Amino acid sequence: MEGWDPTTKSSLTQIPLLSTKAGPRDGAAWTQRLKEEYRSLIAYTSMNKSKDNDWFRISSNADGTRWTGKCWYVHNLLKYEFDLQFDIPVTYPSTAPEIELPQLDGKTQKMYRGGKICLTVHFKPLWAKNCPRFGIAHALCLGLAPWLAAEVPILVDSGMVKHKDDTASASES
Amino acid sequence: MESELKEMLIDLDTLKRSLPDPSLLASIDKMQSRVEHLTDLAKCAPARRSKVKDMSAEVVDSNPYSRLMALQRMGIVENYERIREFSVAIVGIGGVGSVAAEMLTRCGIGRLLLYDYDKVELANMNRLFFRPEQSYTLNITTLQGFETFTSSLKNKTFCPSKEGSGVDLVLSCVDNYEARMVVNQACNEMNQTWMESGVSEDAVSGHIQLLVPGETACFACAPPLVVASGVDERTLKREGVCAASLPTTMGYNALKDYFPTMEMKPNPQCSNTACLDRQKEYILAKPARDAAAAKAKKDEVSVPECPVHEDNEWNISVVDDSEPITADASSSDTLPEGLVRELPTADEFQKPCDPQEMIDSVDDLDELRKQLEALNAD
Repeated sequence: MEGWDPTTKSSLTQIPLLSTKAGPRDGAAWTQRLKEEYRSLIAYTSMNKSKDNDWFRISSNADGTRWTGKCWYVHNLLKYEFDLQFDIPVTYPSTAPEIELPQLDGKTQKMYRGGKICLTVHFKPLWAKNCPRFGIAHALCLGLAPWLAAEVPILVDSGMVKHKDDTASASES
Repeated sequence: MESELKEMLIDLDTLKRSLPDPSLLASIDKMQSRVEHLTDLAKCAPARRSKVKDMSAEVVDSNPYSRLMALQRMGIVENYERIREFSVAIVGIGGVGSVAAEMLTRCGIGRLLLYDYDKVELANMNRLFFRPEQSYTLNITTLQGFETFTSSLKNKTFCPSKEGSGVDLVLSCVDNYEARMVVNQACNEMNQTWMESGVSEDAVSGHIQLLVPGETACFACAPPLVVASGVDERTLKREGVCAASLPTTMGYNALKDYFPTMEMKPNPQCSNTACLDRQKEYILAKPARDAAAAKAKKDEVSVPECPVHEDNEWNISVVDDSEPITADASSSDTLPEGLVRELPTADEFQKPCDPQEMIDSVDDLDELRKQLEALNAD
């Protein structure tokens, strides 16, 4: 965990760990895992809100295999919001969810096709070492959040991503 | 089709002659020339060859199998025709998969199953033989995709008498860890032998691994070094781009022409439960396997050794060029030259962590979902 900023570290320690090693094909065990996923997501979301660091919304389909929502990042006092989605892989939790930001597909090299953000270097080794204790909340905290912090400023500064007010005014003029 | 076009030409001709208005003649002429062009195109289109019933060894220009069957005639392959009874599934039709598919087709393989989740793009043209509009799409890592994948592997319409799954071999030619783990999962569950492959992004090294569930290590038994040990991947991987082929830097090194091979025993602490089941079955089947091996040895002894060819006019003999085995080859603890162990051997089972006691917490999925939605709402 060297190299992580203290805020991320302290958030991480407060996200409840999971214990059931089960994927979407494991029936009742998966339901148990889903409950743990929800508990840790609830804890993480409430903690973010209490720290005025709210940065995502997420909810799942009925069987918990597909998750969709929004995430946002504030850069130079402007809020940039993106759609967020991923499927739970059949080999979950041995393999981490591949988080997708479809609106950014093709706009950055730090992304695989289909808008899957690159988690290979900074996140996947951590996930593998902490299986099955890490869940979706951990993937957002340690996978997506640092990615947004690294990529959004570059995307905005290079003009690849425009603020929604900018694009609206540009289309009006 | 040709006769239809011919009739159309006649019709157009009749129409042209019966027309009182000469101003329309030009457009009818244009139509006629178009139909003539279509007729030419129809003539060029190759007629589909019907399946050749038997693989013949006859050396004639028209026999597509004469060169392959020559291998049988020369005693290299005992029963080459049997290749048409085999079916192979190729997962990932990229640089490796498309070449494997082409070569197997050239060899006369009976049946190929091809899987890829991606679309063919112009950027793939240096290594694919498909055009962008020809695509096979199935994402095997999703729940639904996995079910389609396994049920297609189990489909036995090609060879109903075959035991086990509907394919003889699965080739994993994918470019990422997630997909490899999915192929591993499917093959462990189905007890299906498969081969794993990978090429590094600089294209000068790669690996090949044969995986026989229960008998050799599965892909989860020995996860890639970078993932297992958390070694800083930046030391292995160039900064900047997120190219796909990742933990594939081990194995063959083309720059040094260095290709170590090793046996990997299955990991008794493997995290994959299907792998552990196959390992148990393999151990249980040991007495039967030993008996079969002993019987085969006995049979071999009972057949008196005689020269394959009666006369040897040119004194041709086969020279053994395999290197003498110095170390104890049966022990998989010995590593080939040039390899060192990076990690100490584990001596403790990782105990599954006890389910956390959450006495005062909610234990109803719907209630939890409602709580999260409430948090999402504001």
